[in-house]
Amino acid sequence: MTRSSAPARSFTETRIRRGPSSWLLSSDTPRSWALSLILIVIVTCLAAAPFLFSGSQPLSTAAKICVFVLLVASYDLLLGYTGIVSFAHTMFFGIGGYGIAIALERLGPSWESVAVGLVAALALSAVLAAVIGLLSLRVRAIFFSMITLAVASAVAVLASQLSAITGGEDGLSFQLPAELRPAFRPFAEPILGLAINGRILAYYMIFITAAVLFLVLLRVVNSPFGRVLQAIRENEFRAEALGYRVVAYRTAASVISAMAATVAGALLALWLRYNGPDTTLSFSIMIDILLMVVIGGMGTLYGAIIGAALFVLAQSYLQVLMGAGSQTLSGIPILPDLVHPDRWLLWLGLLFIVSVYAFPGGIVGHLRKRGRSHELG
Amino acid sequence: MLSPPALETRGLTIRFGGHVAVNDVSCRFMKGRLTAIVGPNGAGKTTYFNLISGQLHASAGKVLIEGSDVTGLGPAGRAKRGLGRAFQLTNLFPGLTALENVRLAVQSRAQAGWSLLSVWNDRRDLIARAETILEQVRLSDKRYVTPSALSHGDQRKLEVALLIAMEPKIFMFDEPTAGMSVDEVPTVLELIQDIKDRGNATVLLVEHKMDVVRSLADRIIVLHNGNLVADGEPGAVIASPVVQEAYLGLEASSHG
Repeated sequence: MTRSSAPARSFTETRIRRGPSSWLLSSDTPRSWALSLILIVIVTCLAAAPFLFSGSQPLSTAAKICVFVLLVASYDLLLGYTGIVSFAHTMFFGIGGYGIAIALERLGPSWESVAVGLVAALALSAVLAAVIGLLSLRVRAIFFSMITLAVASAVAVLASQLSAITGGEDGLSFQLPAELRPAFRPFAEPILGLAINGRILAYYMIFITAAVLFLVLLRVVNSPFGRVLQAIRENEFRAEALGYRVVAYRTAASVISAMAATVAGALLALWLRYNGPDTTLSFSIMIDILLMVVIGGMGTLYGAIIGAALFVLAQSYLQVLMGAGSQTLSGIPILPDLVHPDRWLLWLGLLFIVSVYAFPGGIVGHLRKRGRSHELG
Repeated sequence: MLSPPALETRGLTIRFGGHVAVNDVSCRFMKGRLTAIVGPNGAGKTTYFNLISGQLHASAGKVLIEGSDVTGLGPAGRAKRGLGRAFQLTNLFPGLTALENVRLAVQSRAQAGWSLLSVWNDRRDLIARAETILEQVRLSDKRYVTPSALSHGDQRKLEVALLIAMEPKIFMFDEPTAGMSVDEVPTVLELIQDIKDRGNATVLLVEHKMDVVRSLADRIIVLHNGNLVADGEPGAVIASPVVQEAYLGLEASSHG
């Protein structure tokens, strides 16, 4: 997969475009018309979601996509760019969620509480990530993965046991600062036919935070530092011999990735006004993240946008779609059972297997390869 | 007081189980000199290199760069002290282009690796430097090719390019011409000659080809079964009975 992406990179080197969009995207443009189009559609829909869709469910789906774009992009920094397989990513996601939830529940619904919760969560995540990263000093990749699994499991158990602080299995519900509540109306008049309320402000806070941090991550993977991470992924032994301290770089990548995941967790908690083990900490979310990275395309970062959008949409609407299908097919034997809404995971699994076989480089890898062959041919 | 040798090993030893691969090798390498390390296959030459550059940790003994003990440092730490190594088995970044491979080495030298928020493609100075080095090893036309698509000889040249890009004080070449076609060998030998002619570099060269050793080396040391068995001027060492027997005898029979 890395081999197929290499000529694409050299392509950008031959003609580096200058301009604000190139600066914003750290000169790592999508490099495929189809990919650019898909990204523009997704980002536009997300940016205009409150104006395009009515009702609370579409807005919730859009908010969830924003959160997962950030979460998946931060995981791709580890998996796709540095070649680190960590299972502790949801732990950092959870720390962000719990930081916000505990602070707002204990200290009351104010922006100070949000700040305290976020800063404390970021500090805890950074320390934990640094400690886990430094453990990779002497252990091999597979053991590192096992260690992350063990630590993540321990934290998940801890979160459900310390119910006095975390709310245990029930989680924590809390009040948001007044400006983010549905009753808050910053403008007397509707804008573009939409009455702006605190809920929409909350959505834009999530959208903008996720967008800015995504661009920061894009900059990091396209920086000299980011290229060292790729070198480590390609040949750690040689990177070390060139004078790069592999452990230090890996640890730094882990810390950056963990902190971005923490922010994503905090954003999700703020949107849901709730945090519990199932929303941010569960291992099934870890698997979801892996699927989104692989579907979108490892080591591309743009894959995070496509992977997260597709996956969250499927999660939210596949069941509805299948319910309708099941209805129309009623009377025919077996078929209605196959598309029964309860089977949605089966279909998602099949889709996943097919996509991995058909597009080993993920959707982004596939589109870039196609774009290049058109360019040449 | 005399300035310390650029590189020194004191009693350097490594054991793998009961086997002593390098046994109590003490040697000083002076600035500006090119030392060839010869010996039959399995004599411990590459192991000796690995001990010096930090890929292996010594069971006993010390490695000193310019008089300071670096035995406790890893490969990256020793590279920062000015030690550069080209590998016998080509050891590159297979998925990155030739230019990117060299840029990584240039960037390490420029200590720009910790720059997180600048754009890698905006570092014109580093790119230009990498282009110059690719020019030197005659790989400019293959700058956007990944090593996996390069011929063996070109991979070896790229390996040398990475070493030059690091601008080390001590150059370690491990059979730089091994497996190269005859017409490609002169390019690499000229590069080594250039490095030597600059006069301020310390060069260690593991090489099998006696004509190469004779033309480049100021001094030859001979390893045999992990022991340093001869050390001196090329002519004298090659003529010595111990070398005729231990090295050239074996060499002749392995080629015969």
